[in-house]
Amino acid sequence: MSEALLSVRNLGVQFTTYGQTNQVLKGVSLDVPARSQIALVGESGSGKTVTMRAIMGLLRTPPARITGGEIFYDGRDLLTMPAKDRLKLRGTAMSMVFQDPMSSLNPVFTIADQMGTILKYADRRLGRSRGKKERMARVHEVLGQVRMRDPERVARSYPIMLSGGMRQRVLIAMALLSEPQLLIADEPGTALDVTTQAQILKLLKDLVEERGLALLMITHNLGVVRETSNYVYVMNKGVVVEHRPTAELFEAPRDDYTKALIAAVPRLTGGTSFGRAGAAA
Amino acid sequence: MASQTVPTAPPRRLSNAYQNWYRFSRNPTAVIGAVIVILAILAAILAPWITPHPDHVGAVVNFRARHLPPSADYWFGTDNVGRDIFSRVVFGLRISLLLALVVLGIAVPVGTTLGLLAGYFGGWVEIVIMRLTDIALAIPPLVMALAVAAVLSPDLINSMLAIAALWWTWHTRLIYSITRQLRTQEFVEAAETLGASKFHILFREILPNCVSALAVKTSLDCGFVILVGASLSFLGLGIQPPTPDLGTMVASGSAFLPDYWWESVLPGCAILVVALGFNLLGDGLRDLFDVQEVR
Amino acid sequence: MTNILEIVRLTKLFPVRNGFGGKIGEVRAVDDVSFAIEKGKVYGLAGESGSGKSTIARMIMGLAGPTSGDILLDGHNITGETGSRAYGRKVQMVFQNPGSSLNPRRTVGQSIEVPLAAHGAPRTEHKQRVSELLEMVQLPADFASRFPHELSGGQKQRVAIARALAVAPQLLILDEPTSALDVSVQARVMDLLVDLGRQLGLTYLFISHDLSLMRNFADTVGVLYLGKIVETGPTASVFESPQHDYTRLLLASVPVISAEEEAMRPRIPLIDGEIPTAEQLIALRGGAAPVSQRTEK
Repeated sequence: MSEALLSVRNLGVQFTTYGQTNQVLKGVSLDVPARSQIALVGESGSGKTVTMRAIMGLLRTPPARITGGEIFYDGRDLLTMPAKDRLKLRGTAMSMVFQDPMSSLNPVFTIADQMGTILKYADRRLGRSRGKKERMARVHEVLGQVRMRDPERVARSYPIMLSGGMRQRVLIAMALLSEPQLLIADEPGTALDVTTQAQILKLLKDLVEERGLALLMITHNLGVVRETSNYVYVMNKGVVVEHRPTAELFEAPRDDYTKALIAAVPRLTGGTSFGRAGAAA
Repeated sequence: MASQTVPTAPPRRLSNAYQNWYRFSRNPTAVIGAVIVILAILAAILAPWITPHPDHVGAVVNFRARHLPPSADYWFGTDNVGRDIFSRVVFGLRISLLLALVVLGIAVPVGTTLGLLAGYFGGWVEIVIMRLTDIALAIPPLVMALAVAAVLSPDLINSMLAIAALWWTWHTRLIYSITRQLRTQEFVEAAETLGASKFHILFREILPNCVSALAVKTSLDCGFVILVGASLSFLGLGIQPPTPDLGTMVASGSAFLPDYWWESVLPGCAILVVALGFNLLGDGLRDLFDVQEVR
Repeated sequence: MTNILEIVRLTKLFPVRNGFGGKIGEVRAVDDVSFAIEKGKVYGLAGESGSGKSTIARMIMGLAGPTSGDILLDGHNITGETGSRAYGRKVQMVFQNPGSSLNPRRTVGQSIEVPLAAHGAPRTEHKQRVSELLEMVQLPADFASRFPHELSGGQKQRVAIARALAVAPQLLILDEPTSALDVSVQARVMDLLVDLGRQLGLTYLFISHDLSLMRNFADTVGVLYLGKIVETGPTASVFESPQHDYTRLLLASVPVISAEEEAMRPRIPLIDGEIPTAEQLIALRGGAAPVSQRTEK
């Protein structure tokens, strides 16, 4: 088995609500090699978000409980390492790009404040230190990397002064602050317009390629899978039903669920016919 | 293919009642509150049959049994004319609960209706109702009751009406703020486009969504109203002797502190426990509904 | 060939106010929009947030009054006829989010009964009608006693469709009816809408930002940008040879899943390795030289 940067092995997760237990992940395995672009696709209830939250250590226990499996990052199991070590990895070695640019930023602080704070804590966890000036320089640098034309002005702004697309780019910049090797993106741009979403996806792809990062893209949109990944895991009801190179998946899906999913996507070229004339009551 | 078109229900569907009961039974605050409230109501209703000396409610005098400390015969001791305090406390609950029932029975419907109207219609309706509310909110209920008692005569009915005349404002404010949020919700707009009447929208669409907040508020208010009623009686503006009332008993018993402490402390504890019961129930209900709202 | 709905030069201005309520300007949410929908056809309004597409729907439904312009339904001018019942029978709407368009505290049956009661159907027939309507949207009759939170997103949207159909409308406005749903659920809901359209002879006004869906559902499409219809025509021809820059940008932005689809997406010139925004693109086209020339190659 090739040494992957992130490797999830046979992960099981249960949720308990109202005294009832549900096994939401039934042995999920996936690999994210360094410098690879991986997509994890599934519909609501497939378990893709739970998988992502388990990797990032964001599952609330209870109601969730990890029933088995390992999550290796760089050869170390995240689930058995001391909490302090795990915290050190979060945001520094692996970072997360959140979905909702509106609620992921605190409205009462400027972008510079929020990014500066994140950087300060990341530095502290890694036992580094840098002055306020150096921190601001880094904030401006990263904002430039996400193609902000005027990083200083953006840094001085409050979230409400920025458009949705700009805020989403700020979230990407935040994820890049302490030079992680792995980016985990949770449906970025879904809350935005199509044209803005296209920009965000393009930016993300460019950044990942330029900086040699690994990308794990969590999404429900097969179009996004095709545009941003070269290897894809398809999830349904808590299991990975199929995983292959992205191009192959769209050309010749093997699993029935994958086939049905691809068939359900309306095509820009037309020819998707809805309705079964006369069949329905 | 065709069989797939009918989406079936999730296999293990839990009934609403079961889910609510499950959460309620695992919420100690709510359970304790509910038990206290239910016991207090039952005791008040059954007072003539469960108290050891139901005849002590009236102007009975028994000087040989004055100021007796709590014992097996007199659980809470006796007062300065030899009446059983426990019996009088249980009868006193009747007055407290009646006060809460009447005040909230007037305040909740009035306040809710005004809040719905102000929140839904806006414009001058909102201005008139909400400014009136602001004015009423500026008067403390106790001061209002004192004023009414001074003008009319100090008795229970006047006190109740005085409190009720101000209490609705809190419900108006609450319902107004909820209605304003709900007014722009799609389901309200959907009802409008479907041709539903204003009455239907206010009372059938919006009101059911206020019920959880109302239940919490009303439960907490019961505790407050009982305290306000006890304060009035303590000041001599409430129910007049010899009818037993918790506030009056605390007041008359306080003359004999600290030697005959039970005469004021034990009725005081009764007020405390009942008010606490309603507050716990209100807090418990809030936790219960919060979960539901988040879901 | 009769038009069921005609929109003539519809305009909606929203005042921009300062902190003291004084008017300091206006926003043209809908700007001189005209279009007509033929009976039995599907007209698609494509646009992003801020394009004014929802405002147009709200004005047709009488939830907002137009600043100027006319709305003609079956030849009658209904502008400003808000919530009138005769009118409510002819036009109904399915809202975007089935989670918020159904009252969480009322059962499915109670929600569907609202229009029945409002339009004077006898109370004794309600139960029967509710189960007929549920059957029409392919849901079991016992769903009438359920609450919205017990239903999946697709089921909720079916209930919303049943409710809209309760008064036998001729025109149904669909405001992003599937944008909150999973793609496989979306396909089933679209199936239902197409089938119902055929059976009941419904006319649809379909509002969406999803161009792939639009391509497969609408007969005619109008592309809305900043309150104006910038391009309109039969769906196939608009998609195959888009004339307006904004339409081209929209098409170029759609994430697709096959090489054929990719081939039909217009090539958009890149600025600093970034996709230009619509404003930039249109401004560049209008005047500035360097980039617009690259566009013309």
